[in-house]
Amino acid sequence: MSATTIEPSEYANSYLTDGFTLRSWLLTTDHKRIALLYLGSITLFFFIGGAAAALIRYNLLVPEGMIASAETYNRIFTMHGVVMVWFFLIPAVPVTLGNFVVPLMLGARDLAFPRLNLISWYLFIIAGMIAIYSLFVGGVDTGWTFYTPLATEYSKGHVVATVVAIFIAGFSSIATGLNFIISIHRLRAPGMTWYKMPVFLWSLYATSVILVLATPVLAMTLILLAFERIFHVGVFDPALGGDPLLFQHLFWFYSHPAVYVMILPGFGVVSEIIPAFSRKRIFGYYFIVWCSISIAVISFLVWGHHMFVAGTSIYSAMVFSILSYMVAVPSAIKVFNWIGTMHKGYIRFDAPMLYALGFIGLFTIGGLTGLFLAALGADVHLTQTYFVVAHFHYVMVGGMVSAFFAGLHYWWPKITGRMYPEMWGRLGALIIFIGFNLTFFPQFILGYLGMPRRYHSYPPEFEVLNVLSSAGATILAAAYLLPLAYLTWSLVYGERAPANPWGATGLEWQTQSPPLTENFDETPIVTDPPYNYPPPEVVQHRV
Amino acid sequence: MWLFLATEVLFFGAIFLTWIYCRHWNPAGFDAGAQKTQLATGTINTVILLTSSLVYSAGLAFIEAGNRRRLIQCCAVTWALGFSFLILKFGLEYYKDFAAKLFPGPDFAINGALGGGARLFYVFYFVSTALHGIHMIGGLVLVGWIILRARRDEFSPLYYTPVAVVGLYWSFVDVVWIVLYALIYLVGRGS
Repeated sequence: MSATTIEPSEYANSYLTDGFTLRSWLLTTDHKRIALLYLGSITLFFFIGGAAAALIRYNLLVPEGMIASAETYNRIFTMHGVVMVWFFLIPAVPVTLGNFVVPLMLGARDLAFPRLNLISWYLFIIAGMIAIYSLFVGGVDTGWTFYTPLATEYSKGHVVATVVAIFIAGFSSIATGLNFIISIHRLRAPGMTWYKMPVFLWSLYATSVILVLATPVLAMTLILLAFERIFHVGVFDPALGGDPLLFQHLFWFYSHPAVYVMILPGFGVVSEIIPAFSRKRIFGYYFIVWCSISIAVISFLVWGHHMFVAGTSIYSAMVFSILSYMVAVPSAIKVFNWIGTMHKGYIRFDAPMLYALGFIGLFTIGGLTGLFLAALGADVHLTQTYFVVAHFHYVMVGGMVSAFFAGLHYWWPKITGRMYPEMWGRLGALIIFIGFNLTFFPQFILGYLGMPRRYHSYPPEFEVLNVLSSAGATILAAAYLLPLAYLTWSLVYGERAPANPWGATGLEWQTQSPPLTENFDETPIVTDPPYNYPPPEVVQHRV
Repeated sequence: MWLFLATEVLFFGAIFLTWIYCRHWNPAGFDAGAQKTQLATGTINTVILLTSSLVYSAGLAFIEAGNRRRLIQCCAVTWALGFSFLILKFGLEYYKDFAAKLFPGPDFAINGALGGGARLFYVFYFVSTALHGIHMIGGLVLVGWIILRARRDEFSPLYYTPVAVVGLYWSFVDVVWIVLYALIYLVGRGS
């Protein structure tokens, strides 16, 4: 496609100029404005969770722990987990990039249920305010996993308030998932068959299926948890006929698919960026698409791998172990397909591509270490150590947060009508990569050497690695502030963006940057396959 | 709506699983608890709810044939039946349950060896019927909304989708109750 057919200076109207009152933002049903409302919200929560992370790494600078009490430390890491999981990672890509880009990619005017979209944001905000309230009054010390009987019986924290916040946030997730599924089924532009959809849409479809089916189980689990805590009945208490393992089964039945909710949209973003910055059709489109669906399905079958040492039967553990190996296969196929896309492509190392490449490397490391943990013999030694912490941070932070930044930079011109400063973008990606690895790679070693997780102090022989990790965290913190700074700067001083600055395929690039409220002047008609880049032989490689 | 009902299946499914699990480990306690449930009230409520679904479906058939008046009458009957369900359940049955000290709090009625299992049974009973009741209240709001829209003449044989969609929801709440009826009032009663 040609890079620009619409000059930036030719238009002054967009969804951003369509109303300047507070009411026009807070009562909007425009998916683009709702996406920005969400973007502001999740950025706030990211920094709250990040502050908690900073406190954690600060505490772990010395073996005896810089912060006085273990109880306080427990509340800090719980806050970090709860805020990052439910108020950043699970919403992140779907509610910001998804809400903004999905109708554009479909060639539609908006999502299927625009008012439900707005309601989902309000639910998210209400949930967030309750969560912040519960943090202000002291938080909770159970870990984001709320294991019983600590959460139901012995914790002195504000369990019920936190659980209510998460319960409400769950409804926000379900509403978003419903909206996406119906929109993808019903609102595709004329000519866009399922197999002409970009992979990002397939990924969000798979994500939405998981959201819609898994979140209700969490809702019920939290209700039972709250009921037991308030009324001291024995659902999870053996003395009264219950079972703490029942909680773990119910909790992980949701929470394992939830981690795939976190990563699948990231896969989708990377699947858009790699073809665009390799100027080449995605390799193995059908494989990538069906891998997304199969990840969504198999993700429901592996929850027991969080409970290998909890006292479940060894035979069930073996089954879950095998299934966990199986769920890695589709992810690996995607990685190979991305590499295959780049092979003989015309690669440009703009910021989105740097983040996407970082994603591929870091996600691969995280994913492979997941396989270590899926092996029963290894898991017995590695579980509840820093190895697990490093594993999930590699996939969630190295993977998912990188993908989020990749998508944010990629679609930033479309969302804001401005280009971010490219040099700073690349610098940010590089510093994040370095800071991230310095923070979390030592944690693999720490875990292997036996340092347990969720401990506020540790034996002195682990000090050096912990200090390295905390140093990395400082770099990472600065690195995350960098995009906040230059992206905000670009809103006012950034170069105005054309409709298609990257020369990418996809309907979202066929309309102006930023788009009009109605998205398209006329409904587009789709005739080309997705990723319709010229074949590699035609591309001139500059020597 | 089908998609939303899928989420509801997962939601109530989780507590049905919990019932199965807890009953497996506490069969005698569950039976002891089940024998104190009010079979007559529960059965009357089941009849009321099933009838309400039937009447609503009749209303849907009426509007498909163009009869707006009958639709409104059927919806009103559905609403009244649903409302009486709630009165019987929360006004009468819960009142008697609390009077008999069946709420699994500190002064629970059944003690001794079977106490733990019976408590678990009543946790299930109160949580699931409360949630079902909340869903029914939501259903009453939806049916009331249909009545209002029908009175404004918004439905015809060409367009009755909201009526069908609300009917799906109402029937689903009914199906959940059928399962609850079996798990609360029937299983364990005969032993």
